[in-house]
Amino acid sequence: MTTVDPMSLMDDAPIHLEVTESRAARRARLSTGGLLVALGAVLALLAFGARGDAAFALSDAFATVPLPTIVVPGMATALMCGFLTAIVGAGFLSGKLTGSLRTWAAVVAGFAVAFGFIAWAGSGSAFPFPVANQLSGTIVLATPLVFGALAGVLCENAGVVNVSIEGEFLVAAFTAATVGSITGSLVAALIAAMAAGVAMAALLALFSIKYLVDQVVLGVVLNLLASGITGFLFDQLIQPNSATLNAAPQLPRVAIPGLSAIPLLGPALFNQSPLVYLAVLAVVVVALLLYRTRWGLRVRSVGEHPEAADTVGINVRRTRWMAVLVGGLFAGLGGAYFTIGSTGGFIKDITVGNGFIALAAVIMGRWHPVRAAFMALFFGFVTQLASQLQSLNAPMPSQFLLMLPYLATIVAVAGLIGRSRGPKADGVPYTK
Amino acid sequence: MNVLYGLLEPDDGEIIIDGSPRTFANPREAMAAGIGMVHQHFMLVDVFTVTENLMLGREGGPVLNPGAARKRVQELSSRYGMPVEPDALVEDLPVGVQQRVEILKALANDARFLVFDEPTAVLTPQEIDDLMRVMQSLRDEGKGIVFITHKLREVRAIADRITVMRRGAIVGQAQPHSSEADLAELMVGRAVDLRVGKAPAHPAGTRLAVRDLRVANSAGGIVVDGLSFDVAGGEILCVAGVQGNGQSELADALLGNIAPLSGEILMDGVSLAKASPHATITAGMGFVPEDRETDGFVASFSIAENLILNRSTDAEFATGLALNWGAIRDNAEARKEEFDIRAQSVSDPISSLSGGNKQKVILARELSRPLAVLVASQPTRGVDVGAIEFLHKRIVAERDQGTAVLLVSTELDEVEALADRVLVMYRGTLVGIVPPDTPREVLGLMMAGVPFEEATKVEAATPTKEDFHG
Repeated sequence: MTTVDPMSLMDDAPIHLEVTESRAARRARLSTGGLLVALGAVLALLAFGARGDAAFALSDAFATVPLPTIVVPGMATALMCGFLTAIVGAGFLSGKLTGSLRTWAAVVAGFAVAFGFIAWAGSGSAFPFPVANQLSGTIVLATPLVFGALAGVLCENAGVVNVSIEGEFLVAAFTAATVGSITGSLVAALIAAMAAGVAMAALLALFSIKYLVDQVVLGVVLNLLASGITGFLFDQLIQPNSATLNAAPQLPRVAIPGLSAIPLLGPALFNQSPLVYLAVLAVVVVALLLYRTRWGLRVRSVGEHPEAADTVGINVRRTRWMAVLVGGLFAGLGGAYFTIGSTGGFIKDITVGNGFIALAAVIMGRWHPVRAAFMALFFGFVTQLASQLQSLNAPMPSQFLLMLPYLATIVAVAGLIGRSRGPKADGVPYTK
Repeated sequence: MNVLYGLLEPDDGEIIIDGSPRTFANPREAMAAGIGMVHQHFMLVDVFTVTENLMLGREGGPVLNPGAARKRVQELSSRYGMPVEPDALVEDLPVGVQQRVEILKALANDARFLVFDEPTAVLTPQEIDDLMRVMQSLRDEGKGIVFITHKLREVRAIADRITVMRRGAIVGQAQPHSSEADLAELMVGRAVDLRVGKAPAHPAGTRLAVRDLRVANSAGGIVVDGLSFDVAGGEILCVAGVQGNGQSELADALLGNIAPLSGEILMDGVSLAKASPHATITAGMGFVPEDRETDGFVASFSIAENLILNRSTDAEFATGLALNWGAIRDNAEARKEEFDIRAQSVSDPISSLSGGNKQKVILARELSRPLAVLVASQPTRGVDVGAIEFLHKRIVAERDQGTAVLLVSTELDEVEALADRVLVMYRGTLVGIVPPDTPREVLGLMMAGVPFEEATKVEAATPTKEDFHG
């Protein structure tokens, strides 16, 4: 007689179903593949318009260690890069690329697109493409985006959609410039900027958490408010007295001893504004906060399942308030970068949509601080590329180049990332 | 119960613990007073691990210490005999294990009183046995247990004392040896016939045929894997199985809401595998969705509007672009009468009705036209005993008119009451098709994936097993 313990037949292990490709994954794979093939084809077509050799200058005229300038044939390089991209795209479409190979192939394709595009655009130019400038410009442009993305990551992990990063930037930029001008102190300007960011965040928190206003509409309104107030004050107060109220000091570059002497990378990465180093530090801090501390665990729990958090005694609203305010702190630093981190002065709408790009970085980085920071770098790279190519007299209208970062955003969000899953309770007000 | 746990504030009255009145402004105070709650919809963060869920709210310091927390989970789990994998993500765990985590969460807080809110709704019979054992051992440890359920069988199996509530008021006390009929009468307020007066089925020819059906869920998991069966006109085929074994996707595929990967669906010989829901409905399929609240009706629409939701272009109710409100209203009045829908007016929004009456509206809508096949998922979930009686009778009446009925249910009581044949599903595959008088233990084992012959043998080998489900 068989003696089978019925309980031994029960299964406590996690369920592992046989899995075909999910519909979402399939769509993402096909659209990525299609996109890469299209990019490759465009690049290959463009290649025939190349006007000779393309030169890449690895160091600029001021470099302490002069590096060679690399010259490649424009047409052949663009053509090769186009084919390479198209082949990777075909790999995606066929479904043959899997696992880590797929990631690497995507990275290779990304580099090929960038390199091929530069080779085409820079071909026949009188000046070589300044690689060092490209790197350092990427860092410079990405820094405020990194801060903004961190603000978004904190808010949205706690379940508050933050469309108003732009507004937080703008008010903080204005405050930094004004306070810097009046006091002449950079520290005071930075602190004032952070306070301004927090104040804007407090408005967001008040209306979204306490008064349950639709968070997207609220964000848009806050942006308009920020633009209106700073514009008004600028016209009425600042501009007439710009010598005293709009002449903030600039943050000096700080070279990190030793590291800044590395050829090519040193000047680009290790001779920057203190805010750049602060941004890197902030990414690490936010990542540790979110994933290694009690506070972070609670923040993520109220963004995923606020009822569950409530039933273990976590104050959902207070936790959300805290996350939004801390986010405002980082947005304030990002805003300060536009004025005292740059020329020192404020002009109307100086942030020109960077807050929205930061929001895109949050989503493309799938609500993770480190991934979002890398996305911010990507946007910085594309923006810098556009301005470099303008000065190289690239064979395309300058308006198109100005459009490039935004075009890249749409393409990247639509094609390369696909749908990603955010915090479940993101944007859902908590009411008992 | 939410008042007891500090989630809602009472308007009046008091909670007395150890002789002293207490009020809880929030769950933290309730927990401090020793009250632990096992919620019907688990209060677990899906994307967190078991350990993270258990330490949430009592992290023991500003910096997380996952090592210590994991050790505490293992201690708790072995102390109470509830095995869990500390590092597994909650969303990957079977429902029964998720519930274990929910119980451990309450115990981790040194709860002295445990409130179980409808804990068995999502469990297999074996998991229910497990839960009952856990509840008994907790009681023997000196914990007080409040077990909220509408399943009479479970109440009688485990309770030391029974309190019956109806519409927010206590209507009576009962002893565990009270009969099911007495309990049901207390719950409903009138005598309830728990047996469905059901004549033997007279199956005519096959009306619904499913062949080698494969369906993937949205994440790409094959959740219906090579399923084949027939349903004849005039018979009820019950699909039994634990929640999440592919029944929902099977029903969705039959309706045409999900396109199957492969396989064939034939209704009266016509292929529906590639048909849209509209085409399927027009061809004569009635569909009662599993999740009434989200898929069954439009909450802000009136009862009358909801009653013609799938017939809004019929000549009877519409002329060209215009709706024929007179006819819609007459139809609603007739259905209200016929289906005993308890509503003030048919122009009230359906959201104002009780669960049972909402379900009556849905069933009335589906049965108010000639059907070839009726697919009903969980038609009596969250419905009071009185309405269950009514809904069951209507489904049997539909069968007797020659409709093929496919009934998806996770409630063995319902399966036993209605089925002419029982199809047991486990992880998307067919375990077997058995007669409805198959012993519950055997059905339970089959729902855990054990084939019929083996399940019968196992059952015979363990005759002394405590019997909680018949």
